[in-house]
Amino acid sequence: MADNIVEIDNLSFGYKGRLLHKGINMSFPRGKVIAIMGGSGSGKTTLLRLIGGQLVPTQGEVRVEGQVVHKQDRHGLFHLRRKMGMLFQFGALFTDLSVYENVAFPIREHADLPESIIRDLVMMKLNAVGLRGARNLMPTELSGGMARRVALARAIALDPSIIMYDEPFTGLDPISMSVTCNLIRSLNDALGATSILVTHDVKEAFSIADYVYIVANGVVEAEGAPEELRQSTLPFVHQFVHGEVDGPVPFHYSAPDYRRDMLRGQDA
Amino acid sequence: MLKRLAEVLRGMGHRIIDRIWRLGSGARFFLYTLIYSGESFRRIHLTIREIYFTGVMSLLIILVSAFFVGMVLALQGYNTLQKYGSSEAIGVLVALSLVRELGPVVTALLFAGRAGTAITAEIGLMKTTEQLSAMEMMAVSPIARVVAPRFWAGVVSMPLLAALFSMVGVLGGYLVAVPVIGVDNGAFWSQMQANVDFQADIVNGVIKSVVFGVACTMIALFEGFDAPPTAEGVSRATTRTVVNSSLAVLGLDFILTSFMIVT
Repeated sequence: MADNIVEIDNLSFGYKGRLLHKGINMSFPRGKVIAIMGGSGSGKTTLLRLIGGQLVPTQGEVRVEGQVVHKQDRHGLFHLRRKMGMLFQFGALFTDLSVYENVAFPIREHADLPESIIRDLVMMKLNAVGLRGARNLMPTELSGGMARRVALARAIALDPSIIMYDEPFTGLDPISMSVTCNLIRSLNDALGATSILVTHDVKEAFSIADYVYIVANGVVEAEGAPEELRQSTLPFVHQFVHGEVDGPVPFHYSAPDYRRDMLRGQDA
Repeated sequence: MLKRLAEVLRGMGHRIIDRIWRLGSGARFFLYTLIYSGESFRRIHLTIREIYFTGVMSLLIILVSAFFVGMVLALQGYNTLQKYGSSEAIGVLVALSLVRELGPVVTALLFAGRAGTAITAEIGLMKTTEQLSAMEMMAVSPIARVVAPRFWAGVVSMPLLAALFSMVGVLGGYLVAVPVIGVDNGAFWSQMQANVDFQADIVNGVIKSVVFGVACTMIALFEGFDAPPTAEGVSRATTRTVVNSSLAVLGLDFILTSFMIVT
């Protein structure tokens, strides 16, 4: 068996009797960038929360470094989480702290280090994302792309072995997008970490990922290296990868017949 | 008809269960806050910072209100007392009303409106913008880092604010009674000194304000933490903070007063 840092085994999860995931299997080999893709609402972010132990699976399990996440007590879970860094969709920076303090936050919380060493560490992380000069700004003074990069510096502050990205490209301009894209790959390789990338941006994800899982209807619809998926003849994969309007995923949300709906007037 | 009745009953039952459920999760939240307090005491600067935001920043509204409440008390009290020829008792009346009731109660109501809403909105927004999730993912407990310092800040601030309220209120009463109305200065203070009991009046007033501090801060924190992560959710939670805190303060005041008067 390959050396997998994270393994998802027959995982099902749902709220209020409705299953979002129905028996998902995935493995994340050490040192790779793996993308989890799928349409909006396909439960990609939920998968990250399951890996991080913020949610408990209905069935099956998630193992991080061989340990079942949901069976850990608080201490064990926090111990596992120190090996994980997570980049939230809109950064989730602490708005009452400056950029510098945001990046210093996890270091201050978990390590009892003298201020001079904390400063060096924060500067190194900020330099890695190119924002050393922005250290005294407040989060409200940053653009979306900059905030995302600060959040990334904070996520890697403790040199995690797993970095999770929740929709890192959403709402970014093309330049910020390429910057973020390159950063994900270069940080992964420089830190020797494993990156799990949740996104629906096909072009960006395919350009940096080593392996891609496509999730739809609660199951893994397809998986493989980007090149294999691009060539796939499966109708859903073809529609998703090439962004076609019509295909197995219909344009219309399930609704009654259009003509009858219109003629029924206001009672609908 | 029967179907309609069943629906009404079901709706009522659902609401009652929902309330009990919330009460339970509120109690659990309170317990966790106490458990994690130790962690937050180790970083006492966080609590001190919150004392500044909840306590010090509430000073202005509390002191100004206290001044006016004291002045009105003196006016109203004099108006009645002079009919019985005991206008010298005005000092006692002002002091006792403030120390026993108005100090703790009005301070708590103002605190709920000024600091409680700020706490709820801040925590609700932190939740909406995933800051609390981010903290959790960094293996930092939001209850230890965000909730507990605010809780202790509220519990420490409230009795101090109530004490200041009573003090400034007495001052306001004095200004109206002695220089304006012309009550005897000596009688005003000596009657007050003779008739305000340390144990029965002042200590009981402090006990009340501590209890109100716990209730108001806990309600504000819980509502913020429990708010649905949407704009509407946070706004409703903020409203609930004011409504629930005010009702809790008035209800608790009745219970505490009955215990204090009976014993």
